[in-house]
Amino acid sequence: MTILANILIIFFISLGVLFLVVAAIGLFRLPDLYTRAHAASKSATLGVMSILLGVFFHFWLMENHFNPTILLGVLFLFITGPVGGHIMSRSSYIAGVKPWAGTVRDDLKPEIERMKKEQNIK
Amino acid sequence: MSFQILLNLFLAFLWMFLSSNYSLSRFIIGFLLGLALIIAFRKFFKSRLYIDRVWSVIKLSFLFIKELILANVSVLVLVLRPRLELQPAFFKYDTKLTEDWEITLLSSLITLTPGTVVVHVSDDSKSLYIHVLDSNDIDETIDSIKNTFEKAILEVSRS
Repeated sequence: MTILANILIIFFISLGVLFLVVAAIGLFRLPDLYTRAHAASKSATLGVMSILLGVFFHFWLMENHFNPTILLGVLFLFITGPVGGHIMSRSSYIAGVKPWAGTVRDDLKPEIERMKKEQNIK
Repeated sequence: MSFQILLNLFLAFLWMFLSSNYSLSRFIIGFLLGLALIIAFRKFFKSRLYIDRVWSVIKLSFLFIKELILANVSVLVLVLRPRLELQPAFFKYDTKLTEDWEITLLSSLITLTPGTVVVHVSDDSKSLYIHVLDSNDIDETIDSIKNTFEKAILEVSRS
């Protein structure tokens, strides 16, 4: 039973560390802000969630201490992770950060220009 | 829907008073019996059964978790490949969802899908502007959003 619990805990924590490393490599390798937002908003969310789940299982199965605060933390990360990625890329587009030169199609540009003209922002 | 839940709780308490035994197991038995009664009398409610909606919420959350894991595996493969093969693009997606909470839920689902991040929601909230990592299969992405996420959200919100 202890071995099974250990396997579960180690699985979750190493998965989380793996995804965090992937998020860091993605931030380093990807060419522009918008593609980096992909790596940051997805991999970092799942990585921290898995580490928290591993900590939860450790305290529950090994120390017999059921801590629902950690589960609430997982829930909040789940809700706020994607919103963070969305807000960062949207505000940088409006502030004028240019997408990478290899970007194939841009439906967003006319929309943002129209919006700025309506609200008299340069 | 909330009326049905309240009625179900009321029936559970009624069952506890009838048997004058105030324990959790009595409450659960009363809740299940009340649920059976509500299902038996479903013709008298105008909205559909709340247990049906709870079931579609559970299905939606499993979809959420599945998409999150798939998205991470695809980012992992993309980032660790020796040569980056990216064709990023911004495209417009017209949604037929109307309520604000539905659009919020759809955008966070899309953000957790492999290779897509919502960048902007138009002022009339009729279209989403999505940044995609690989523009070769935009049509496929649109189809998958329409058939899985929008359908699941409509399933939850329909009365």
